[in-house]
Amino acid sequence: MAIMRFYDQPVFRNPWADFERMRKEFDTLFRGLGSEAARGGATVFPALNVSEDQHNIYVRAEIPGVAAADLEVGVEGDTLTIKGERRGRELGDQVSCHRREIESGHFSRALTLPTRVNPEGVTAASKNGILLITLPKAEEVKPRKIKVKTS
Amino acid sequence: MSEKEMQVQRKKEVQQAGEPTKPERYFVPAVDIYESEDAVHLRAEMPGVDKDGVEINLENDTLTIKGFKSANGGNEERVLLREFETGHYLRRFTMAETIDQNKIEATMADGLLTLVLPKVEPARPRKIEVKSAA
Repeated sequence: MAIMRFYDQPVFRNPWADFERMRKEFDTLFRGLGSEAARGGATVFPALNVSEDQHNIYVRAEIPGVAAADLEVGVEGDTLTIKGERRGRELGDQVSCHRREIESGHFSRALTLPTRVNPEGVTAASKNGILLITLPKAEEVKPRKIKVKTS
Repeated sequence: MSEKEMQVQRKKEVQQAGEPTKPERYFVPAVDIYESEDAVHLRAEMPGVDKDGVEINLENDTLTIKGFKSANGGNEERVLLREFETGHYLRRFTMAETIDQNKIEATMADGLLTLVLPKVEPARPRKIEVKSAA
């Protein structure tokens, strides 16, 4: 099963490919020492999970504390953009901070979609801090069953 | 406010003593804690948890925040890219302040839990005026 179609290997057979792969793995090993960041993927907010079924592509993002009004989702060609702002809370004067782990500020992210989509039918919904963007696949890329005729 | 773009904070998994029997994952939610004159305020990031999935417990001096994510479907889908893991949330704090248990208020909005823990009266700072014996 193809888990990550975005990083698929080229089809031609390169005799050095295995060595190349080994070198890359050593590079990642020394760079991140096996940390999660070395697994690849962007570090730009928000983190995305992308999945698909027969009809749609689903993009999920964790955006706790972002109001729907502060979000902007757009599709242009095969690029999906998510922009927004998380507002920090105003603190009074008589307040002392003990922990500040939640970041606030602007964010924007673009993602190249694996297939063509129908931009008219794209919907986005935010629930409990999770944004779900549903992108219907374009008619021409939907899987079609071809009947095999017997002669 | 700076124009720097926000970065993803990797989720940390809860390090539990002993293995849980169910194959569920617990993550440490990021929090903001600040203290005003009469209360301790806490905000915790728990995306995917609705207001019925939150469990707050204050026992002795230990505050436990638990968030159970609601199922969001998507089991039939094929994963193309996975940048974040989903799971439940768990975090414990030892409170230094004495909290009025009956007046704790919790609200959940957009995956962000806000807790207001009012301090018990005597713990509040009181200014004592020094009178001069004239």
